[in-house]
Amino acid sequence: MSKKMHQTPMLNQLEGGRWPSFVTGLKRLAEDKDMMVDLLGQLEHSYETRKGYWKGGTASVLGYGGGVIPRFSEVADKYPASAEFHTLRIMPPAGMHYTTDILRKLCDIWERHGSGLIALHGQSGDIMFQGCTSQNIQAAFDEINELGFDMGGAGPSVRTAMSCVGHARCEHSCYDEVRAHRTVMNNFLDDLHRPALPYKFKFKFSGCPNDCMNSIQRADMAIIGTWRDDIRINQAEVKAFVRAKGRKYVIDNVLTRCPTRCLSLNDDDTLAVQNQDCVRCMHCINVMTKALSPGLDRGVTILIGGKRTLKIGDLLGTVLIPFKKLETQADFDELLELAENIIEFWAENGLEHERVGEMIERIGMGNFLEAINVEVDPAMISQPRTNPFVRMDDWDEQADKWRAHGHASTEGTS
Amino acid sequence: MAAQVRTPIESGVPDSFQYMHPLLAKNYGQWSWHDRPHAGVLHHVAEGGDEIWTVRAGTPRQMDIHTIRKLCDIADAYADGHVRFTIRSNIEFLLGSRDKVESLVRKLTEEGFPVGGTGNSVSMIAHTQGWLHCDIPASDASGVVKSLMDELYDEFVNEAMPNRVRISTSCCQINCGGQADIAINIQHTKPPRINHDLVSAVCERPAVVARCPVAAIRPAKVNGKPTLEVDENKCICCGACYPPCPPMQINDPEHSKLAIWVGGKNSNARTKPTLHKLVAAGLPNNPPRWPEVAAVVKKILRTYQENARDWERMGEWIDRIGWPRFFELTQLPFTKHHLDNWRGARQSLNASTHIRF
Repeated sequence: MSKKMHQTPMLNQLEGGRWPSFVTGLKRLAEDKDMMVDLLGQLEHSYETRKGYWKGGTASVLGYGGGVIPRFSEVADKYPASAEFHTLRIMPPAGMHYTTDILRKLCDIWERHGSGLIALHGQSGDIMFQGCTSQNIQAAFDEINELGFDMGGAGPSVRTAMSCVGHARCEHSCYDEVRAHRTVMNNFLDDLHRPALPYKFKFKFSGCPNDCMNSIQRADMAIIGTWRDDIRINQAEVKAFVRAKGRKYVIDNVLTRCPTRCLSLNDDDTLAVQNQDCVRCMHCINVMTKALSPGLDRGVTILIGGKRTLKIGDLLGTVLIPFKKLETQADFDELLELAENIIEFWAENGLEHERVGEMIERIGMGNFLEAINVEVDPAMISQPRTNPFVRMDDWDEQADKWRAHGHASTEGTS
Repeated sequence: MAAQVRTPIESGVPDSFQYMHPLLAKNYGQWSWHDRPHAGVLHHVAEGGDEIWTVRAGTPRQMDIHTIRKLCDIADAYADGHVRFTIRSNIEFLLGSRDKVESLVRKLTEEGFPVGGTGNSVSMIAHTQGWLHCDIPASDASGVVKSLMDELYDEFVNEAMPNRVRISTSCCQINCGGQADIAINIQHTKPPRINHDLVSAVCERPAVVARCPVAAIRPAKVNGKPTLEVDENKCICCGACYPPCPPMQINDPEHSKLAIWVGGKNSNARTKPTLHKLVAAGLPNNPPRWPEVAAVVKKILRTYQENARDWERMGEWIDRIGWPRFFELTQLPFTKHHLDNWRGARQSLNASTHIRF
């Protein structure tokens, strides 16, 4: 309120320019909150010295083990009002929909109990209420919680999930993302609120293979919409598109960009698709939004094990379930059962600080699949192994499994 | 005090439908097609004929409540009181009729919120907390992003790139910013400096030893106290030991540099998803505006814009022209550090005579 502002010559330079400035926002908060005066002082100090001055510690709310990110200042002697500057991670509605009414209520709570600084949203998909004293955490959370919002994940736990806008506004969406997101997450609340797993576990839900949630790169378990039947074509709209854009554009930007060369343009400017070659990449549908649409036999592809560098290097998620319907209650129950089996096996077998993808790298995909009782499928691989360094005493038994699942098999290969 | 204990309502992810625009709820799963009347504006049409207009605007992400309230005022006056946020912290205003789209775009622009981030634009940079709030950052996040977006403003409000461009920044090698067409990440260049007086009191030593990707950390005694030491010949300066053991200080004002990576792609469109690849390093961590980083990013962007074909993402363009041409066009030095030496590295080498001359 009354605390004098620190000189912030470096941060002041971030008030110029055309992009909206977070520094201007911080300064506006500092008019009412001493905490923000000192926060600005510490941030300027970081800019001057090129070092960070926050350390972790312990802070939480009653009943939960995680969700509050504790931050204590290492330079509190100089900036005492922001000595404690904790964050509450709160889960947003799936798809990040808000009314202005609910946003205002959240702002009012944070004006009363916190710094007034909110990140919409953190990289894990949480609303980040940033800047709270240890003393105020419980009161802030209680009010947010009473409003219908719950704590997000932090630490070695199931983490807050993200889902795309999907069914709510996107014609590419191949399953009900809100239902999937809420069904899965609200089943794992104990594992989310009380960290006791080897490390973090992230679910992300993308409605189509455009994967707007970056789930293959960032989720331990990626649930991505797809379809099994033919791409739907409105040939009148195809002709209109060719008329509007020209044949060269269609050839250069639609046909030859198809990764499996499954498209061709007929002499009458309609489109032919070799559907059994289509890998559902979305490109032609992205370009010709009015003429082409995903098929109607829709479901999801589930991938496992995506994560960034530490410790063993980047891992992209890889196919676990090539196709799964996700429509009936039984379908959703099966998805939950799969996720439970995976998390249970990883909780028992993962090393400390080992993501599920790293565990799979260590034990091998074959062993992982057996452990969670998922059958092998050639859609899981880019290519079969190229080295002979494997024991295959049980080849016949493995081949029988393939046949037992109703696959045709050539005589003599066993 | 004990009588005051309140048990949390373990309600989980809130129901979205109570906040969703009524037209989105009504046509849930029933959308037919969309187009973009102009940059920053989306127009979706439902199977039954309902239409919704979306106006997308950039935000600072770390927002004060006054900015959020201003956005709410705008949503109430010009849209229908319903908004949503994208994964890149853009706000989307939802309008059930076309009437106010133009005036909303004007109002947002006047109030300093750029309208754009759709289609073939450079959208908002994905970033995390940095010096503002993180306990392990070597750099800031919001400041780097603000500086760069000031320079890339025109690329945000126009759709003038060959395909969409996604940029991210990260203040340590955990890389919270994520994979991107252009990723700006901290790269430490010196091993951690260890405060041996604190290690045994603060760190769970076996856990720290286990975190090291190259087994360079081992238990030791210094001045009679149990501590940890680093084999500096093995150390790759990744900083993995620092979060579990703050006395192993990896951040350095001079030696924590910035590196630039290109060609990450999350979508399955055309090509499979890809990871970003190192192209430049050794850039100074230079607040408040990081001009050296901005220069390299803009050079790469401009080269991509001038040379890529329609619909080619950064990585797809480089796949077509080849890495020699990429380094020639961008005038970035190619070094031995571009050769991978981690596990699986040989798969990144050219096992063929396919060479462009």
